[in-house]
Parts: sequence; structure tokens; C-alpha cells
Amino acid sequence: MLQVKNLHAAANGKPILRGIDFSVNEGEVHAVMGPNGSGKSTLAQVIAGHPAYEVTEGQVLYDGKDLLGMQPEERAQAGVFLAFQYPVEIPGVSNSYFLRTAYNEIRKARGLEEADPLDFLEVMAEKLKLVHMNEDMLSRSVNMGFSGGEKKRNEILQMAVLDPRLAILDETDSGLDIDALRIVADGVNKLRRANNSTVVVTHYQRLLNYIVPDRVHVLAGGRIVRSGGKELALELEARGYEWMTEGVPA
Amino acid sequence: MIQAYREDFAAFSANGGGSPEWIAPLRLSAFDRFVTLGFPTMRNEDWHFTSAAAIAEREFRMMLTPGGEVKAADLVPFTFGHPEWPTLVFVNGRFAPDLSNVDALPAGVRVMELARAWRESPDILRRHLTKFAVYDDQSFTALNTAFMYDGAVVHIEANRSVDKPIHLLFVSDALAAKGVSHPRNLIVAEHHTDVTILESYVALGDATYFTNAVTEVAVEDAATVRHYRIQRESTRAFHIGTTQAHQARDSHYISFSFATGAALSRTNIYTTLDGPGGGSTLNGLYMVDGEQHVDHQTRIEHAQPNCFSREVYKGILDGASHGVFNGKVYVHPIAQKTDGKQSNNNLLLSDKARIDTKPQLEIFADDVKCTHGATVGRIDELALFYMKSRGIGARMARRLLTYAFAAEVLEQIELEPVRQRLEEMTLKRFTNEEQGGGRREVGSGNEEGGGKREAAGASMVQEKGTMARGSGSGPQAIVSDSIPAS
Repeated sequence: MLQVKNLHAAANGKPILRGIDFSVNEGEVHAVMGPNGSGKSTLAQVIAGHPAYEVTEGQVLYDGKDLLGMQPEERAQAGVFLAFQYPVEIPGVSNSYFLRTAYNEIRKARGLEEADPLDFLEVMAEKLKLVHMNEDMLSRSVNMGFSGGEKKRNEILQMAVLDPRLAILDETDSGLDIDALRIVADGVNKLRRANNSTVVVTHYQRLLNYIVPDRVHVLAGGRIVRSGGKELALELEARGYEWMTEGVPA
Repeated sequence: MIQAYREDFAAFSANGGGSPEWIAPLRLSAFDRFVTLGFPTMRNEDWHFTSAAAIAEREFRMMLTPGGEVKAADLVPFTFGHPEWPTLVFVNGRFAPDLSNVDALPAGVRVMELARAWRESPDILRRHLTKFAVYDDQSFTALNTAFMYDGAVVHIEANRSVDKPIHLLFVSDALAAKGVSHPRNLIVAEHHTDVTILESYVALGDATYFTNAVTEVAVEDAATVRHYRIQRESTRAFHIGTTQAHQARDSHYISFSFATGAALSRTNIYTTLDGPGGGSTLNGLYMVDGEQHVDHQTRIEHAQPNCFSREVYKGILDGASHGVFNGKVYVHPIAQKTDGKQSNNNLLLSDKARIDTKPQLEIFADDVKCTHGATVGRIDELALFYMKSRGIGARMARRLLTYAFAAEVLEQIELEPVRQRLEEMTLKRFTNEEQGGGRREVGSGNEEGGGKREAAGASMVQEKGTMARGSGSGPQAIVSDSIPAS
């Protein structure tokens, strides 16, 4: 489903990704781990199309199509979703309006009929339960005045509503207490299906106790320095990143 | 082009201007004052960012005889869906009795054109007219006073309330071309009254004309006046409008200025809190594009203690437009315990758009609580990316962010039909996709009537209930690069 080939990317002319290769098949969960500054968040944002990053070399294919040639909204419409590490606040736009607009824009792009507000409310009611959110969160402006945990849950709510084929979770676990972490992980697991895939970007192994990956990639200095099965994450937890990243230029 | 005004004044004053005798010397002195002052130049501090040259150099002649070809159906876009509200209509500056409707007023409420008020309510005029809108240093007010002939007089007797808003609707059509009108309005809300006034300046067509309006408002003890001012003149027109309110004790004056029209507009909203315990709320939204110039000057004078003032003005500037905001809060030495808040936030949608904003506090009392601030920003790129990453197209995302910016101040409008209509107009302004960058609100009737786009706008606004509750009064996060005002 996703093929990343020799991906190089820079921000403000400074190289961050220096040749990333990995592939994610349908139904798989991959974890991307690495120390601070290793480029893992950049990788997530480049896949979503963040304008601050410039791809200098390489390819990203999504279902065989050139993902990097698509606008961020086209990527989303094609089924790519990024849960932001730092969700953005948007005053004056209610959460429900935002979600319904996104939902309908994606349906429109796929040639489906737009949902009317009442039908949409039904969709929402069910998804809210998934992330243990109250309805009053819908009438508030997007992420305005939300706690850290609420923001992360709101990201998963959006993911649940938009039903992506490829979800990338960028440090969705950071800053969450164990209860919030369970809620978020539980939501992600319930959204797993045979034909969608998830890339979990995380600094800590903790999240992977709840979302069990098929593959783990360790990033350092903008490259994948090691890939392996889920046991690689446990090994990292026991021995620290230094064990693997020695000698890799930052 | 003062010569044209001289000629018109000579002809106009020769026949008495249709007004009682006591007005004649007033006119003469006002005209003398106008000649002495001349048109303001940019050397004048209050005209530093706005040039009146475009008005001064053109010849506009007084429109004396009733003219214009406006029919009741033409007014539909401007009546907020409520043609049954008591309405006085003026076409090209002249009262239009056939289009007006003030038959069903409650007892103790009088709404009439100025020419009739000269005869029927002379005492009210003697007591209030020209008492608040002084013209010593205001040449456009002097000019208006010299030529005042038509306009509206609204008088609410003590302890009365009017449940329906009163609409003063000034329409200009193609026959207004090269003409000038000087609407003069007087609103008197006696003690313990409650009234809502709509004052609209709108156009049918895109003629070049000049509106020079003055409205005086007396808000007496414990009275509440809500005053909505809608400026949607033709984009070739020139509009100078001054509102001067005078507030007695425990009174509340609530003003909203909505300005999208005119090639050049200057709106002055002045109020004096001249009794303790009162409050002033001045809000506004201006949205311009192309080469438009929009200038708001506000002055809140705290002349007595224990009063509050609240002011929020927002501006959205596109194309090569130029906005000016100059808001002054003046606190007299006696006005202790004054509580004032003022802010002006601007969103620039293009590189060529420009805003000059100058919020000012002048405080001469030592026990007050006053804050002010201004921001200038652009659409936040991060918010834009966030929306796009959820599948929302760039254009829709921009429009939502822009609308949200405006909605924060529009939701302050208490009068539901007006709030809804202005929200729809605002949405439509930023949804006019087929015209790309050339979108512009011409304020013409047919633009409003476009049934299809209307429906699209309405369905968006449906959601408004939730949007309103959501937005609160949070910081200007959609505006990045905020520049704190000095």
C-alpha cells in the first residue's frame, strides 16, 4: 500500500531525511521509533504533505500512485490520515462543522453524496463513544481550550470519522497518562481492518504494548538504522537508543 | 470644488431650504465654517491615512428634486426579510413616502422624515438638533449642517419601548450619479426606553455619488439604543458618515458598523458617556477588496465615573484595498472607575492590501481599568495545512478560516435577522469561487437575488448555532504574526 523509496527531505535547506526505504502492506501496523531529532515526525509530515518540508530526492508511492505529486487534501481524499503531534487550534470553527466539512469534502471527491447534518450526527454519536468524548466537545471550536489528552482523542475521533486506509499517528502517545493512552490505543485497535494500515510514530515503547506492530523501524540521523519484528521495540526499551545509533551522524 | 457647493448653497438657502426660520442662521454659520475649514487634508491628524482629495476634486451637485426609479421589489435584498418593520426609505437622499411604512407604530413613538418634523415636532428639533454633532472642527459635518433637508427623526417618549426595529434605509440608484446627499438623522430615546435602529446606506447599480450623512443620538437616563449601521454603497461611491451619541446616566448605547461598500468610506462613531453608570459597546466589521478604502474613526469619551466601554472592530482586506482604524478612548479626570476594553483585529488576504490601525487611550483619571490592542495578520498556514490534511480543499479551508474570523464579531449582533443576513453575506463574499480573485460586493440588488448561491449560503449558516457557541472569545490564533499595538 505504501512504498517509501530513498526519501530525502529538508526544512529551510537543512537535510533531515537522508534516504528512507520501507514498505507497508495492507492490514499491517508499522512502528517508527527513534531518538529526538532522528526525523521520525518529519517522515510523518512529509507523507501528509506539510508545506514546511521539501522533498529533495526519492519517491513515495501510495497504491502505486505518486503521493508526493498530490496536494495534502488530495492525499486525505485518497485515504491518507495524519494524527498530528501538535493538533492545531482553529477559533471560530466548531468541531462538528469542521468534521462534517471534511467528511463531505472527502465524499464529494470520491463521487459520493454528501451527508446531511442529521445523518452526520448519527455517524458522530457512534464515533464519540469510541474515544470516550462528550457531545459538547463537538460544539466547541476545533481544539480550542482542549487539554492535551482531549486534543489527542480529538485526532482519533477525526480518524474514526474519516475512516482512512493509511493512518499515521505522530507521537499520539506523548503527553498522555496511562488511562488516556489506553483510550487512544483502544480506539486505534477498533479501527483496524484487513484492508487498512497504520504507521505509529513514537519515541517510547509503551504505546506498542497496546498497539502491537508487525514491523518496527528505528530511525537515526534521517535513516532507518534497523528494522525488525515487535521484539525490536522491547530490545530498544531494555538497551536504549544509544545501543543502535552509535556512530550515526545526527 | 468648493465653488459647486457655494452655488448650490446660494440657491438652496434662497428658498429657506424648507426649514423653519431659526435654522437659517445655523445653516449660514455652518457653511461659513465649511468654507473656512475646507476639505480635510492629510496634514490633519485624523485624516493622516485617508485622503479626501477624491471627494474634494470631484463636482457633486445637490439632489433637490425627488428622483430615482426604485420600486418596492428592489428593496427586498436590504430589508433583512422584514419589510414589515417600521421603515423610512430615502431614494437619492430624498424621502420616498410610497416606499416607506411607519403606520403601525406604538403610542409614544414617532418616526418621520425631517421635513415633516420641522412642522410636527419642532420642540424636539430645537432641543437636540446640532447639539451633539458639533462642526467647529469637522468640515463634513459643517457641510451636512448647511445642507440638511432630509433624513429621519425618531422620537421615543419616556418609558416606552418599541419591539420592532426601526429601519432608516437610504438607497442610491443610477440617477444619483454625480449627486451629493446630506442625510441628517436625529434619534431621541427619552428616559427608560429601549429601541433598535437600523441605518442602511445601499445602492442599486454602481453610480459614482457622494453621501455625507450625520446622525445624532440622544440616549437619555437609563435608555438603551441599539444602532446598526450598514454601509453597502456602490463601489464607485464616496461615503462620509458621522454618528454622534450623547449618553445620560445609566444609559447604554450599542453600535455595530458593517462596511463593505464605497470606493472611499469614512465612518465616524463618536459617543460621550455624560452620566455615571452608563456603557458603550461599539463593534464593527469592514471587508473590502479591489481599490477600496475604508476608514473607521471611533471616539468614546468617558466624561463621568463608573461607566464601561467595550469595542471590537475587525477588518478583512483583500486585493489592493486599504483599511484605517483609529479608535480613541478618552477618560476625563473625573471619570474614575472607568472600565474600558478596545481591540482591532485585521486579516490581510493579499500582499497588496494594507491596514493602518491606531488604537489610542488617553487617560486623565487615576483609578481606571483600560486595555487596548490591535493585531494584523494573515491566514495561518498551519491551520490551513491542518484543514487540508483532513481533505478540505484549499479554497474551502481559506474561506472557512476567513469566515470564522469575521463570525467572532458578527455574533455580537443581538438582532437575529440582521446577524443572520450579515453572516450569509459574509460567507457568500468568501464563497464566490467562480470569480476568483475578482470577487467584490457591489451591493447591488441582483447580486443578492441569486437564488442558487443564496441557498448554498443559507445551508452553511444553519450550522452557525454550534459555530457561535464554539468560538468564544479566544485569542487570535487564526491570525499569525500578531503585531501588538503600541
